[in-house]
Amino acid sequence: MSWNLSSDRPIFVQLVEHIEFDIVSGTLPPGGRFPSVRELASDASVNPNTMQRALSELERKGLLRTERTSGRFVTDDENAITSLKKELASSGVDGFVGQMKQLGLAKDEVLELVSEKY
Amino acid sequence: MSSLLSVSDLTKKYGAKTALDGISFELEGGHITGLLGPNGSGKTTLIKIICGLLQPTSGTVTVKGNRVGVESKKVISYLPDTTYLDPSQRVQDIIWYFSDFYEDFDTSRAYDMLSKLGINAKDRLKTMSKGTREKVQLILVMSRRADLYILDEPIAGVDPAARDYILNTIITNYDENASILLSTHLISDVENILDQVIFLKEGSIVRYSTVDEIRSEEGKSVDSLFREVFKC
Repeated sequence: MSWNLSSDRPIFVQLVEHIEFDIVSGTLPPGGRFPSVRELASDASVNPNTMQRALSELERKGLLRTERTSGRFVTDDENAITSLKKELASSGVDGFVGQMKQLGLAKDEVLELVSEKY
Repeated sequence: MSSLLSVSDLTKKYGAKTALDGISFELEGGHITGLLGPNGSGKTTLIKIICGLLQPTSGTVTVKGNRVGVESKKVISYLPDTTYLDPSQRVQDIIWYFSDFYEDFDTSRAYDMLSKLGINAKDRLKTMSKGTREKVQLILVMSRRADLYILDEPIAGVDPAARDYILNTIITNYDENASILLSTHLISDVENILDQVIFLKEGSIVRYSTVDEIRSEEGKSVDSLFREVFKC
């Protein structure tokens, strides 16, 4: 798993995004066991406190759950994952549409291009 | 929560030159803090005072409530910016020496790290490259179960691949309640493993905040902010 963290945005935000992407794409399967903070921090080469903060945020969002004795798990709530998928897709499309507008493309031109490439 | 390290109004003068100009800060347990500043900003002077190797002109330093002395040295594991080991010794002898000297030295941890880095404990220091010797020193320092690790330029002399391993060693080998204070010029390499930074400029602290605060407030990396603050 390559983390590719950029240097100008808060690390914790990027960790949250990265893990969200892995949950949506199924790299981290629903209900699956989640690695420890230490393992993840070491894998991403980041400070364990920063990773902890990212995981707390994901727990707050309901994407991870902690069981006191057995560790951390990816949520098995399909609805949560689906709505996250929509959220990520929507923000990806926002960025894309913005770029296409900057390039001066009309909506039907963009749609044509998309159906050609997809 | 009481602080692990408390520095209060600390001043150090070398003759007419002021190396540290009345600085104060606190460090709590469980954090990795970068001590950043250009050459001659007072980083090593500060570190040496905390470790009891230099006497301050005025001001106080306490470690877990104790003034610098035997008790503070027991809980601080210090990596100096120069080598101090006897080059004719074998690594295994130095490990024995450390385990005899420090109550909190974990010999199996040391051998484990040596084998991961492919360093033979039977080798003598003088037969090793500069980078390998630096790795050995860092292993010795990180093998203690200390409360505060103070690392003066821990990655300066090693290649980027070994740098990654060393940073990983640092983040995986300190206990949850321990803290690390590390000084370096190689900010972009260490930025992700720090949770907070102290900028030292001409003997004064000009910034003390978390890495993510800097990134969200300034919209730039600590490395870029450093280049801006200390622009020549």
